[in-house]
Order: sequence, then C-alpha cells, then structure tokens
Amino acid sequence: MTEILPTLWFVAIGALWVGFLLLEGFDFGVGMHLLFSTRTPAERRLMLNTIGPVWDGNEVWLITAGAATFAAFPFWYASLFSALYLPLVFVLLGLIFRAVAIEYRGKGHTERWVRGWDRAIGLGSLVAAFGVGAALGLTTTGLPLDANGDRVGGAFAWFNGWAVLGGLAVVGFCLVHGAAFLALKTEGPVRERARRFVVRWAVPALAPLVVWVLAVQFDGGKLWTLLPLGVAVVALVAGWLGARAGREGRAFAGIATFLVAGALTLFGSVYPTVLPSTLDPAFDLTVFNASSGGYTLGVMSVVALIGLPLVLAYQAWTYWVFRKRLHADQIPGAHAVLPAVLQRKLAQAEK
Amino acid sequence: MDPVEIARWQFGITTVYHFWMVPLTLGLGPVVAFMQTMWVRTGHERWLRMTKFWGKLYLINFILGVATGLVQEFQFGMAWSEYSRFVGDVFGAPLAMEGLLAFFFESTFLGLWIFGWNRLPKKLHLATLWIAVAGSVVSAYFIIVANSWMQHPVGVELVDGRPVMTDIWAVLTNNTALAAFSHAIFGALGVGGGFLLGIAWYQLWQRRRDGIDTVDAARRVVVGENRAIPGRDRADHDVWIRSLRVGALVAVVAFGGVAVTGDVQGKLMFDQQPMKMAAAEGACESGTSFSVLSVGELGSGECEDIEGIIEIPGMLSFLAHSDFDTEIQGIKDLEPMYQELYGETLPVDPKYGEYSGAPIDYVPNLEITYWGFRLMIGFGGLAAFAAAVALWLTRRGTVPESAWIMRLAVLGILAPFAANSAGWIFTEMGRQPFVVAPNPNPSGTDGVFMFTAAAVSPGVSWGELLFSVICLTAVYAALLVVEVLLLVKYVRGGIASAMPELAHGDDDDTPSDEPGGDDRRSDVLAFAY
Ligand code: HDD
Ligand code: HEM
Ligand code: HEM
Repeated sequence: MTEILPTLWFVAIGALWVGFLLLEGFDFGVGMHLLFSTRTPAERRLMLNTIGPVWDGNEVWLITAGAATFAAFPFWYASLFSALYLPLVFVLLGLIFRAVAIEYRGKGHTERWVRGWDRAIGLGSLVAAFGVGAALGLTTTGLPLDANGDRVGGAFAWFNGWAVLGGLAVVGFCLVHGAAFLALKTEGPVRERARRFVVRWAVPALAPLVVWVLAVQFDGGKLWTLLPLGVAVVALVAGWLGARAGREGRAFAGIATFLVAGALTLFGSVYPTVLPSTLDPAFDLTVFNASSGGYTLGVMSVVALIGLPLVLAYQAWTYWVFRKRLHADQIPGAHAVLPAVLQRKLAQAEK
Repeated sequence: MDPVEIARWQFGITTVYHFWMVPLTLGLGPVVAFMQTMWVRTGHERWLRMTKFWGKLYLINFILGVATGLVQEFQFGMAWSEYSRFVGDVFGAPLAMEGLLAFFFESTFLGLWIFGWNRLPKKLHLATLWIAVAGSVVSAYFIIVANSWMQHPVGVELVDGRPVMTDIWAVLTNNTALAAFSHAIFGALGVGGGFLLGIAWYQLWQRRRDGIDTVDAARRVVVGENRAIPGRDRADHDVWIRSLRVGALVAVVAFGGVAVTGDVQGKLMFDQQPMKMAAAEGACESGTSFSVLSVGELGSGECEDIEGIIEIPGMLSFLAHSDFDTEIQGIKDLEPMYQELYGETLPVDPKYGEYSGAPIDYVPNLEITYWGFRLMIGFGGLAAFAAAVALWLTRRGTVPESAWIMRLAVLGILAPFAANSAGWIFTEMGRQPFVVAPNPNPSGTDGVFMFTAAAVSPGVSWGELLFSVICLTAVYAALLVVEVLLLVKYVRGGIASAMPELAHGDDDDTPSDEPGGDDRRSDVLAFAY
C-alpha cells in the first residue's frame, strides 16, 4: 500500500499538469496570438471570446496541480518552488496581468486602453508559459539541491539550457495549440489564418518540445516509454496533415494527443525521481522520499476520486454549452460607459 | 537584511490585500444570487437590473481576488519552504481540497454564468451563479481550516519531530476553524452590506439632486423620471431603494453574526492561545477586568509602561468564561510558563540562520494586537450602527438631500473592510513568535509547533525576497487604483452602464425585424468581454 499510493499520486499530479497544459495551453496560445495575428479590433474580441467562458476554470488546473503537489509531495513542492523563486515570481506577475487584462480590457473604450490590456494578455501569457515550461524542464533534468532539498549557488543557480529549452517548448506548444483551437472555434478570416499558422509553424514551434522529450527518453527512458513516444510522433503527423486538409477537429485532436503522449514519455522516463539533484544523486527527491504519509495520501485519494470526475464532467459540459463557432459579425460594438452623472450635464446643456 | 522579516512583510502585504477582494466576493455573491432568484421568481424588471448592476461590480472585484489568490497558493513553497516541509502532511490537504472541490466549481460556473445569459434556460442559469457562490464559501471554509490548524494543531501525531496526519475529520472539524469560518463569513457579509448601502445611497442622492425624486409635505418620496438620462426612469428609484435596504439589513444582521461567533472565538482563544488574548488586552497582570483604553508604550513590550485608563471589572472573565470572577492570566504569568514549555532561546541550528540561539520573545507586538482587536470591533460596530441609522433615515423612501451624509455613506463602505483587515492582522501577528502555535492546554496535539524564524526558505536570498515584495507591492498598488477607478466609473454610470440596452432609449424595447438586430441587443458578449 505504501508503495502504491505515492506512485498513484505521481500519476495524478502528472495528469493535473497535462490537464493544465492541454486546457490553459490554448488559452495562453490565444493570448499570444493577440500580439501579432489579428487585423481588426473585432477580430481580437472574437479571439478573446473563444476562451472567455473557460479560461478561469482552466487556470484552476495549475492551482490544483500546485496544491496537490503540496498535499501529496510536500518536499517536492517546497524544493521546486523555492529553488525556482525568481522564475515563479515572473510566472505570477504574468498570470496576474493576464487575468486582470482579460476582465478589464472591455471595461474601457479608448483605443489606448484596449490595446494596452491586449498587450498585457499577450505578454502575460508568454511569460507565464515560458516560466512554467522552464520549471517543468528543470523538474526533469535537475536542480543544484543540497541534502535538505535547498538550492545551492544563489538566485540564478537554476539557469541553464534546459530551462530555456523547457520554456521554448511550452511557448511553442501553446502557440500551435492555440492556433488549432482558434481554427476550431471561429469562422471567417481568423479561422483561415489560424489554420495556416498550424500548417506553416507546427514543425519549428514544436521542435523544442520534441528535443526535450527525446533527450529525457535517451537519458533515463525505459523501454515502455518508447511506446507513447511513438504515439506522439504519429499523432503530430496526423494532426499536421489534418490541418493541411482543413480538418480542424483532427488537427486539434492530433496536437492534443501529441502532448499527452509526450508528457507520458517525460513522466514515465523520470519516474520514480520527481526532482533530481545535480549535486549528488543521493539528494534526489523521489516519489518515495518526498511524499506525505500513507494516511494523508489515502484521504487525498478519496477526495480526488470524488472531485476529479466531477470536474471533468462539468468542464466538458461547459465546452458543450459553448460549442458553437464564433464569427466576428456576432461581436457587438463596444459600448462606452457614459456616467449617468455626466449625461445629466449633457442633457442640461442641450436644454 | 533579514529574510524572515522580508518574507513576513511579503506574506502580510499580499494576504491582507487578497483579503480586501475576498470579503467583497464572499459578501456580494450571495446578495447578487438572491437578486437573480427574485428576478426568476417574480419576473420583475427591477430585480434583473439589480442583478446586472451588482453582478458587474462583483465581477470587477472577483478577478483581482483570483489574481492575488494565485500568489498566495505559490508563496508557501517559494518563501516558506521549511514551513511547507514541516506542515505538508496536514496543511496541503485542505489546500488541495479547496482546489478540487471549490475553485473548480467557482471558476467554471462563474464562466457559465457570465456567458450563459440568454443561452442557458433561466433556472439553470440561476443555478450556475448559486453554484459559483457556494464554491466561494466552500473555498473560504477550506482555507480557514488550513489557517486554523496553525492556530490550533489537531488530528496529528509527531513522527520524528514532524506532524503526521492521523485524523482528517479532527482537522476539518477543528473548533477553531468552525468558529473562524463562520466569523469570517459574517465579516464578509458586513462588507457586502456596506458596499450596497453606500452605493445605493449615492445613486438615490443623485436622483434627488437632479430633481428627479422630490419629497412631499409629509416628507414622503415622490418618484419622478428624467428621460434624457439613460436609465433614470421610475423603476430606477425602486432598484436603489431596495438595494439600500437589502444592504443595510445584511450589514446589521452580519454584525450580530460576528458578535456571536467572535465571542465563541474569543473563548476558544483564551483556552488555546492565552498569550495572544493577554496581548490583545495589554493585560500584564492577571485579573478580571476588560480594558477599554490603556495607554503607555505598548510597542515597547514592556509591561511596566502600560497603564489601564478605563476598565470594566469582571468583563474579561465574562469574555473568556461567561462568569465575572475567574482570574485570567496576564503576560507576566504566561511568559515564564511559555519559557518553561518551549525554551528560553532558539536551538543552535543552522536552519535558524542569524536567529540561531537567540532569546525568544513570547510576547507578540502589543500595540498591534491591542489596537487590532479594538479596531476590528470598533469599525464593525460603527458600520452596523450606521446601517441601522440609514434604515431609519430612508424610511420614507429616499435619502436626505445633504451631500455630507452622502459622503459619509460612501466613505462608510471602507469601515467593514478595515474591520476585516484589523481582525486578520491581530490573529496572525498575535500568533508570533510561532507560525504554528503550540497550545499549552491539552486540547491541541501536544508539542506541535514551529517558530516563524525557522519557517522561511533556507536557499532563498534576501535579495530575491526583496525583489519580489517590491514587484508585487507595486503591481498590487497599481491594480488597486485601476480597480477602484473602474468601480467608480461603473457606479457613476448607474444601471445603464451594466445594461447598455437601457441607453438606446425606449424604441429599442420593440424587437426589431432586421436580422441580427435583436441578437445584437441581447448579445451576452456585451455583458462580458
Ligand atoms: C467585519 C469584520 C469583523 C467584525 C465586525 C468583527 N470581527 Fe472578529 N475578526 C474578523 C472580522 C471581524 C476577521 C477578519 O474575520 C477575523 C480574522 C480571522 C478570523 O477568522 O476572523 C477576526 C478575528 C477575531 C478573533 C481572533 C480569533 C483568533 O485569533 O483565532 C476574535 C477573538 C474576534 N475576531 C472576536 C470578535 C468579536 C468579539 C467581535 C465583535 C463583536 C468581532 N470579532 C467583530
Ligand atoms: C489559510 C490562511 C492563512 C495562512 C495559512 C496564513 C499563514 C501565514 C504565514 C505562513 C505567515 C508568515 C509567518 C508569520 O509572520 O507569521 C503569515 C503571516 C501573516 N498573515 Fe497569515 N495566513 C493565512 C491567512 C491570512 C489572512 C487571510 C490574512 C489577512 C488578510 C493574514 C494576515 C497575515 C499577516 C498580516 C501576516 C504577517 C504577520 C507578521 O508579520 O507578524 N493571514 N500568515
Ligand atoms: C493564505 C491563504 C490563502 C490561499 C493560499 C488562497 C488561495 C486562493 C487562490 C489560489 C485563489 C484564486 C482562485 C481562482 O483562481 O479561482 C483565491 C481566491 C479567493 N480566496 Fe483565497 N487564499 C487564501 C486566503 C483566503 C481566505 C482566508 C479566504 C476566505 C475567508 C479566501 C477565500 C477566497 C475567495 C472567496 C476567493 C475569491 C476569488 C476566487 O476564489 O476565485 N482566501 N484564493
């Protein structure tokens, strides 16, 4: 029992991270596309409204991934989060700006206001995606941790090529995934442009992710992790072909499967290590020495067995409710909020 | 620079800030859901307008609660890694439950509510809001369970010096948590009530100043309308006077709630954290009187300097034990007891950094605990009293013409916020020097405690901490300005700001035949992004 539960929770946390990348991945992607692939204000609103009803629910996957790591593997949570202090500060700032910008951009109507918040959405998404990617990259390749699990070597000791690779991998994935999502959810020029983006950019943008997965597989991969690796490659090709043939559904599904299978390879290869120490393998945090006690894991298992299926059910229902494609013509003109107080003055002036 | 100090400042600043958004979310949510319920049941326009207007303000505030909550969730691991390692076995569980059983519901169903206008059947749409609101309340419960475990550790046993959970039920039904949760919910309702009251008052005052509403000889309101100003019709008056009454009523009831639950909390705390309560009283000597006003250098922490000016004999015993003569231990008696139980100096251990081997000061900051306690009760009481007066002043259907009273009503919105902040600052700082407080009585698990000085991340430098606290504070300050400006803008816009269709004038009430025309006006996106 004490053997199985930590492993089960490793799987559960992997699932939460994959859920986050899959769902918030396209939110981040759509956010970044606001920076460059739009022509008109109406198109930007259209793009934003494809994620409007769901982005906050998607973000909770990140919160829950963090909290569940705390509950099931407190030592992993403590070491990872404190070692990556600075990058996580930027992730938080990115997420703050992005959340606030999505909600506030439509609350003003001047060009400057709207453009400013649009940039905040795009840059916030970019920074957050990069930071999360760097953190995940380093989780698989290791950090300079001492026996207590604390970072040695100062504020930037975490920085290396793997951090950059992980960051680029997640940013690239979000861009492609976001475009596939836009192609699936919109009508008109936005749809066409998004589809072309997938066809043209899928290969270069997903290359860092592929390199990362291959590297981890070579380094510590097991025989069975070759299987998901194969699936990932096939799914990617199928997705790309789908995009080229104008089959948005197939393209989206292909890219999503690519991510799930790739993540399976990553998590499978590193298991049972959750956070390697680059100083001494004896300091590695593993599924067994980083986890909570059996009782806590048992309690959390019950909670997850009740909670997760519910979450999946009602989030799926949300996507069903908002399944219709959106068209720029449906976006109403922005309305100015004229204070009743000011309008009184206007009315008096007219008299 | 001392990393412990910076990390504490950071936690304090970010949490207190988070708890400006939180009580408004918690307080306004149920009220908006109630308004929409009335609309679904009666079909009356005024309830729809109230739902849309207050719902808009609710959302503007909600998002900042989300943004700042993220920081809270990450901060334990980032800045307090030793703390996270020590408490992880119990403390992470409520946080994870909060995510799985509350935040997912809250955020998903709120998305459905925002975008579900006209798309979901009316009753289902109403249900989405109630579920989101219930999610907020459940989230408050779980987070307070986590916090209360730090005040009163239960349901664990010590294994190799580290608490290991043995009884989740004991953690979830911690008496401290149940009291603090109900207390915080009532505190939040007070915030919501004051918010409604202040804003509705302002709107009614505008109507009077513009000569739309007048009073007759019996000083009763004569409701009018001004068609030139969008939304200023007769129904508008109805919206505001009802909002005002709902708000005032909620505020008064909420104060009753905080008083009752606060009393329960106080009794628990005398028992569980006697030092905190003694500090809140500035009570150096053991005794039975409650201090209404004490002077002297509270901040110095020196008992000799403190002098009680006004005291109510027997009151302190009453607060603690419901009688008038049980002696309550003062600081001078408690300090030796704590020193004997938990040591006079911190252990010599690298994890204490520069505090290694330092003498322990068991007396929390007296100035803050003493005044925090009184400001909490004072501001809360003031707000409730003002709400009662407001009900009486508006009994004939509108507000007085005085601009000064209007300004007071608007300013009064801040009082319950201040009471909440004061309460938390008192609770958290009164726990010092512990981050997990030991309970020198048998009800908590014996020996489970942690000094704040041992809780920070050993690998994180003061430079990193300083950088983050500066960034976060600057960003928070800027966002506060934006939020307040937006709230002001929408408040001044009145109902029409949340329902642009009102601004198009009356002819818009007849559905147009042109394709897309009707669609356009009713489009929910106008409500959202
Ligand atoms: C509108 C806000 C508000 C008002 C009017 C009051 N409180 Fe309060 N109080 C809070 C808002 C608050 C709070 C922010 O919600 C706290 C901080 C932690 C908590 O659970 O509640 C709190 C904490 C708190 C504590 C500390 C609990 C602990 O440390 O474990 C006590 C003893 C009281 N309160 C007692 C009272 C009494 C006797 C009140 C009045 C009659 C009162 N409070 C009014
Ligand atoms: C689950 C909820 C909470 C937890 C787990 C928690 C935990 C902590 C921790 C770990 C610290 C740092 C150590 C210390 O200085 O004591 C702290 C400090 C602090 N917290 Fe809380 N807190 C919670 C809720 C709140 C809330 C809601 C507020 C107020 C709005 C608050 C106000 C403060 C303040 C003001 C400090 C600084 C205390 C000081 O510097 O002495 N806390 N809290
Ligand atoms: C220090 C401890 C705290 C942590 C770790 C924390 C965590 C969070 C997080 C992650 C969010 C954003 C959720 C989202 O994106 O939907 C949030 C928001 C919120 N929290 Fe806190 N919080 C703390 C203190 C509190 C307290 C003490 C309460 C209640 C009494 C509370 C109640 C809420 C509510 C109602 C919101 C509103 C927005 C929302 O839930 O989305 N929080 N909190």
